[in-house]
Amino acid sequence: MVKRVKELIRLYKVSKFYKMGKVVVKALNKLNFKVYEGEFVAIMGPSGSGKSTMMNLVGALDVPTHGTIYLDEYDIFEFSESNLAQLRGKKIGFIFQSFNLIPNLTVRENVMLPMMFQGMDIEDRTDRAEELLNSVDLGDRMDHYPGEISGGEMQRVAIARSLANDPEVILADEPTGNLDTKTGEIVMHFLEKLNKQGKTVIMVTHDSNLAEEYADVIYWLRDGRLEKVTKRVGKRFVDVTKKNKKEMKKEKR
Amino acid sequence: MNLDYLILALKNLKHRGVRSWLTLLGIFIGVAAVISLISLSAGLQDAVSTQFGISATEVITIQAGGINAFGAPGSGAVNKLTRDDVEAIGKLPSVEMAVSRIISSGKTEFNNVVNFGFVISVPDGEERKFAYEVMDLEAEVGRMLKDGDTNKVMLGYNFWKDGDVFGKPIVPGKKVLVQDEKFIVAGILKKTGSFMIDDIVMMNEMPLGDLMDYGDDVDIIVAKARSEDVMERAVEEINRLLQNRRNVEEGDENFEVSTPEAMMETVNSILGGVQAFIIIIASISILVGALGIVNTMTTSVLERRKEIGIMKAIGAKNSQIFIQFFFESGILGLMGGLVGIILGTLIGVVGIVGINNFLGAELSPAIDFVLIGGALAGSFLIGAVAGIVPAMNAAKQNPVEALRG
Repeated sequence: MVKRVKELIRLYKVSKFYKMGKVVVKALNKLNFKVYEGEFVAIMGPSGSGKSTMMNLVGALDVPTHGTIYLDEYDIFEFSESNLAQLRGKKIGFIFQSFNLIPNLTVRENVMLPMMFQGMDIEDRTDRAEELLNSVDLGDRMDHYPGEISGGEMQRVAIARSLANDPEVILADEPTGNLDTKTGEIVMHFLEKLNKQGKTVIMVTHDSNLAEEYADVIYWLRDGRLEKVTKRVGKRFVDVTKKNKKEMKKEKR
Repeated sequence: MNLDYLILALKNLKHRGVRSWLTLLGIFIGVAAVISLISLSAGLQDAVSTQFGISATEVITIQAGGINAFGAPGSGAVNKLTRDDVEAIGKLPSVEMAVSRIISSGKTEFNNVVNFGFVISVPDGEERKFAYEVMDLEAEVGRMLKDGDTNKVMLGYNFWKDGDVFGKPIVPGKKVLVQDEKFIVAGILKKTGSFMIDDIVMMNEMPLGDLMDYGDDVDIIVAKARSEDVMERAVEEINRLLQNRRNVEEGDENFEVSTPEAMMETVNSILGGVQAFIIIIASISILVGALGIVNTMTTSVLERRKEIGIMKAIGAKNSQIFIQFFFESGILGLMGGLVGIILGTLIGVVGIVGINNFLGAELSPAIDFVLIGGALAGSFLIGAVAGIVPAMNAAKQNPVEALRG
């Protein structure tokens, strides 16, 4: 059973508009979203549905055009860009579809990097990086450069890096998108394990099977709007979308 | 903690292409020019003063004014100095001794080859020693001239070595013709590095005066002050004496009294001009180098946008991104400076070795560690300053856009 202890991230009536010349593109429109501690949440949707925009907002990489975002209990608008970066580094661990490792740094140094930005001293970060790399079975790859290891291994390095500052939330953007099925499964296995250890995982994906296999709650996006929210009950997912009055009336009719 | 960013910057630089390093050419040429110039300057000064024949510090040279641009010093003067002048100067309170010199153009013949050059006189007695000392002369082979050597000459090093002048080397004991008169070579002078001395024919004053028909005239008077401390007073006394003897007012002198110090000033002003020119070239090089760094760093920021995005996503503050790029460009400058220092020092050492070989001197290059430290710090600073704007651009990147690459 999912423990609902603490609300970690909350998006309240969040919209993100982009100006493309004279046209305003509504990438996200009045979206509400909540993540509780320990949940495995999937953000699902086809290409162009606003998944990436949502991930950027949830990960505090971007600020909304309208609405409010709370990270823990903090309103992200109250932070300067640099302080937000520090908060993000501490609270959220990122895993990207294209791994996004720094090519000039070894695997160990890549994992050490987020800790360096938090001001941790070199001995502590080396120990922690080695411990994390061992936990993703990459103890023998620490001195390799990203270009010298496989895609699956790179994604495991990214997992280790995301855990560097012991964040409460792991934000994974299409973590298996660039991997074959088997390697993808290994990566998902690690994410599942982390979730079971108490980490909150938010995964952005277009693969509904993947979402339904691992997530507790799925937010379905379409055309920048929340289409529905489904929640795991036993082996099934039930629709728990909160409807506003207008929508309720429509349904009654 | 800044050390971490320094290490990170070094790691990034390690993976840079040759292109980035080539942009440093300007910095290292500039630094190399400055360093080599400074390590050579002592040698250059020595080389130039040797050409001027400046050595002992308490020596005062007096020559009559006139047109002497194309002849030996004092030789073209209308109103020549005389032996009486020499005697009068020798009696001045601050002057220890005064010697006369005749410097004449003359014809020398050996092995049926004729050579035109300077023939100079050497005084007799105690003054001979002084003359040798002032000009720093020693015999390479044979012996120096002595009192009473009426038919002997001493020749400069170039007459001996390889037989460059007459087609075959002259050794002591051989006969040469000077102004069609026969003279026996007593000895060959050691190499001095001065073109004038190394090509000189030297003989005693009496025979030269007779040979050239000088009578009482002399070309140059060389006076020795009693000590270095009374140099100024000696110059003043000589000036006043000659003004009276030649009946000229102060400011209208038809003679010139010069000291090694004054000559050194001339040398230094010539060298100063050369140095200023090299420094201007070096500054332009450094400026070009700095612009190269701006260019390299700007390109680097564009190329590494995604990397900047990743770093921001995993928690890097703007200042942390800035400092990393700032250090990178500073280190680029520092590397340019380092190569420049090595190259400059090498040029300095090779130059000094060349000067030593040429002059037969024993100079050592001036390796100034304060200068080297300053050059290193300066080149880091130039690099860092050049990197400020690109580093600010890097720091300002929007993480979402940067992540897109």
